[in-house]
Amino acid sequence: MAQRTLEMQVRKPHEGSAIVDVKGDITGASEDILMDAYNQAEGARAIILNFEGLDYMNSGGIGLLVTLLVRAKRQHQKIFAFGLTEHYRQIFELTRLDDAIGIYATEADAVAAVNS
Amino acid sequence: MSSSQEPRTDGQQTKVDGKRPEVTQPPEIVLGEGAPEVIPESEIPEEVVPPEISARDAANWAKQISTLSVHDVSAEAVNKNVDGKRVNSPIQGFGKMWQKTYRVRLVGCDASPEEVIATWKENFPKFWPANNRFFGPLTGIAPGEVAVLNLALPGRLKLSTGVLVLYADEESFTLMTPQGHMFAGWITFSAFPKDGVPVAQAQVLMRANDPMYEVGLGLGGHKKEDVFWAHTLASLASHLGSEGEVETNVVCVDKKRQWSKAGNIWHNAAIRSGFYAMGAPGRAARRRFSP
Repeated sequence: MAQRTLEMQVRKPHEGSAIVDVKGDITGASEDILMDAYNQAEGARAIILNFEGLDYMNSGGIGLLVTLLVRAKRQHQKIFAFGLTEHYRQIFELTRLDDAIGIYATEADAVAAVNS
Repeated sequence: MSSSQEPRTDGQQTKVDGKRPEVTQPPEIVLGEGAPEVIPESEIPEEVVPPEISARDAANWAKQISTLSVHDVSAEAVNKNVDGKRVNSPIQGFGKMWQKTYRVRLVGCDASPEEVIATWKENFPKFWPANNRFFGPLTGIAPGEVAVLNLALPGRLKLSTGVLVLYADEESFTLMTPQGHMFAGWITFSAFPKDGVPVAQAQVLMRANDPMYEVGLGLGGHKKEDVFWAHTLASLASHLGSEGEVETNVVCVDKKRQWSKAGNIWHNAAIRSGFYAMGAPGRAARRRFSP
């Protein structure tokens, strides 16, 4: 099996929110990278996940997003997402993650939602 | 599979063995007598229109659905509490959130992870404890398929519920539960090598669906579930010629209960299965006296 890769960069261009740029594959093996990114976003009241670079995700990856949501909820943080392709948007709807993650088309829309 | 192994989908030609492929000019097309009739784009059937370029995992996921629908299931199955239900992720559940991992090292087995998963999918119902039935579709475990479960409850009651095959690839598959099931969430079955030995794993991410199930899990339900999956993994190991010991690891991911989801009890499949069982004598009488 080929090694699947994932990179996450955390930016804080706006006060109170952190943007996590996801690039690569999210699987059950991505926990350390995802939680490291989450820790870098410490202090932000909203975490915005940029999925424009998402290349692959399996059910283990969806499970990790659920545990990320739980951690964020404990810290009274909200999670937003943008840049999902139609395919991944449908997966978020199927798994009902969209009940808890605000999904937007662009970064500007997501940032506007955080500030509204 | 790495992305470099994927065929190109951008229409560009790729070098093969370092040589540029020969480029030939397409023949000139002249429309006239005998030429096929040009069909307006609006009249082209939908399936002929090229679809959006698929993601690498597109074939592994169930297609989007609003509610479950059971097809091609055995006549033996009590098919209740599945049709028309929505699936529930742990976000929609009520109780504490748990991640339970059951794992067995398949010592003495030289099967690849793909072979372990193929065997598991093919024989999935056979590995379950007695009196618990999994009625999968005739087409087997594939993304989007819905299976009916008839599970043993105390007092000879049978709980009828189901699962959706949310995801399936060569090395894993995931079942997601509907409204009314004991828990909201999913179970991922996977296989992978560790220290040169194949390992089979079942991992549950769940919350009890409603307050009644939450009480039930506290009063022995969790233990029963642990025994259930340990039995399943031991059966798989035995089928593959191994006698590995099943390890269980339980983590409470969220101690808080989601009281806003207490109303899930309306869909409770145990209560509904109980009412269905109570109606059995009446149904039998109607069958006997109906013309």
